[in-house]
Amino acid sequence: MSTPAANGLALQLDALSARHPAARASAAPALKGLNLRVGAGEQVAIIGPSGAGKTTLLQVLACALPPTAGTLTLDGRNPWQLPRRALQALRGELFLAPQVPPLPPRQRVVTSVLAGRLPAMGLMASLRSLFYPSDIPAAHAALERFDLGAKLFERVDRLSGGERQRVGLARGLLSPARFWLIDEPLSALDPTRSRQAIATLVDEAHTRRVTLVATLHQVDVALHHFPRVVGMRDGQVAFDLPASQVTRDRLAALYDQYEHELRGEVPVSPSNAPDAPPSAPQPVVMHCR
Amino acid sequence: MRDPAWVSRVAWISLAVVLLWPLGVATEFKPWVLLEPDNLRVSGQFIASFWPLAHSQEFLLMVARDTWRTVAMATAGVTLALVIAIPLTLLNTGVLSVSALSGRMARGPFWVRQTIRWLLIVLRSVPELVWALIFVRVVGLGPTAGVLAIALTYGGMLGKVYGEILESSETHPTQTLLRNGSGRLQAFFYGLLPTSAAELTSYTVYRWECAIRSSVVLGFVGAGGLGQQMDNSMKMFNGGEVATMLLVFIALVALADRVSAWLRKALG
Repeated sequence: MSTPAANGLALQLDALSARHPAARASAAPALKGLNLRVGAGEQVAIIGPSGAGKTTLLQVLACALPPTAGTLTLDGRNPWQLPRRALQALRGELFLAPQVPPLPPRQRVVTSVLAGRLPAMGLMASLRSLFYPSDIPAAHAALERFDLGAKLFERVDRLSGGERQRVGLARGLLSPARFWLIDEPLSALDPTRSRQAIATLVDEAHTRRVTLVATLHQVDVALHHFPRVVGMRDGQVAFDLPASQVTRDRLAALYDQYEHELRGEVPVSPSNAPDAPPSAPQPVVMHCR
Repeated sequence: MRDPAWVSRVAWISLAVVLLWPLGVATEFKPWVLLEPDNLRVSGQFIASFWPLAHSQEFLLMVARDTWRTVAMATAGVTLALVIAIPLTLLNTGVLSVSALSGRMARGPFWVRQTIRWLLIVLRSVPELVWALIFVRVVGLGPTAGVLAIALTYGGMLGKVYGEILESSETHPTQTLLRNGSGRLQAFFYGLLPTSAAELTSYTVYRWECAIRSSVVLGFVGAGGLGQQMDNSMKMFNGGEVATMLLVFIALVALADRVSAWLRKALG
């Protein structure tokens, strides 16, 4: 990986409120007057029970979801006051890895991984890369970091759920972004893979001095690998501490009434079920006048 | 115990019959006319004349030449239709909207898409037969009029259905690419196209099949090809020639069917 060390992006949230993307307009906001400040190159884990607003927070940070109140500041700029073109250019500096890996089933892994470079590539270069992959060594090296080097030329729909999730993370290693936003990167991984994947991400973020914000269900992984841990509950920051100061009591308070999640018994929802077979493409409806 | 769905089921069926009856009257739909002895005799004679098939060498050569012309007309027409449909689809697809990533689509892009939607409606609402009659006056009798007619109508149809296929496909990969700062065309080639390539191809091949049928119909108004020969043979009541040409149509449609199945397998 020979990407030059980029300086991470600094971010700041002031009294920020936002609604979950799928919520009705009348629904209560998922984020309620949230304040948060992350310096350039910092690595922050966000933990908290289901429904705390972790995913909504990432969506707001990724400039995917406009806040309903308060301001988001990325490197001193308010993205929602930028013209659309500048906002799209700013999005190129962010890399959001959603919880469900965003990979077309019929695409090959090498193409999926190289897609991380698209914001830095011109249209002609990206079309050439479809014809012959532009940087096979880089894609291979990124996959190697997640033990998937052998799958380079496989099709995505031949991979298991966990492998797909790791391909989604490997894509991040190729992106030119200065800010990585990773949503539940471990939901389909077993404990060993989880530790390895998160160690790779934190390590790479550190080497490249990229800002990293990840939401995590696994509290032990968050405490072990991240220097700073933010606990969220009910759309607000419950605590924001160095990992070493997150005590058992604080965790118990954070996960009050959600103790099963603290013990790591995450309810498996259909979207993050490991190794779920891909849904077959629906047959297309034919019309003839 | 009674099935609670029974009453509403009967009500819906009666309603359908009541609504369909006036339609039958309006279209003078009287299928029993077919079974009247006089009519049975006439159609029986025509169908009986199908055998023996016309198979003189001269006729077969002519059929081969006109089959080639028909296939060429359909293929050229669909190719031109693609030239119209693909750019319009790319401009039209809401999935590729950057402004719609975060809430509502901005007003400018919305009206651009709306205008293109109307353009597609105009293109396909004029039947290719009407386009052909117009173009026959402009460019004269011959396949050119047929090609242009197919291009316009099919451009409208392909543009609409491509848009629907793309909008109804899995958009998560595409949206994620756009959210991470890719351009619209990059997101199309790396997200949307691999997701729906098989459906798009299969629909295009099916349209090519429809275009072959269309070009036959267009032959009846002077666009050349098998349709024109068919028209002549029909007017002469030459059943053997009609039957031979019908067999060629069946072979062409079966071929399109095989090609589509093979392509779907290769891309699926």
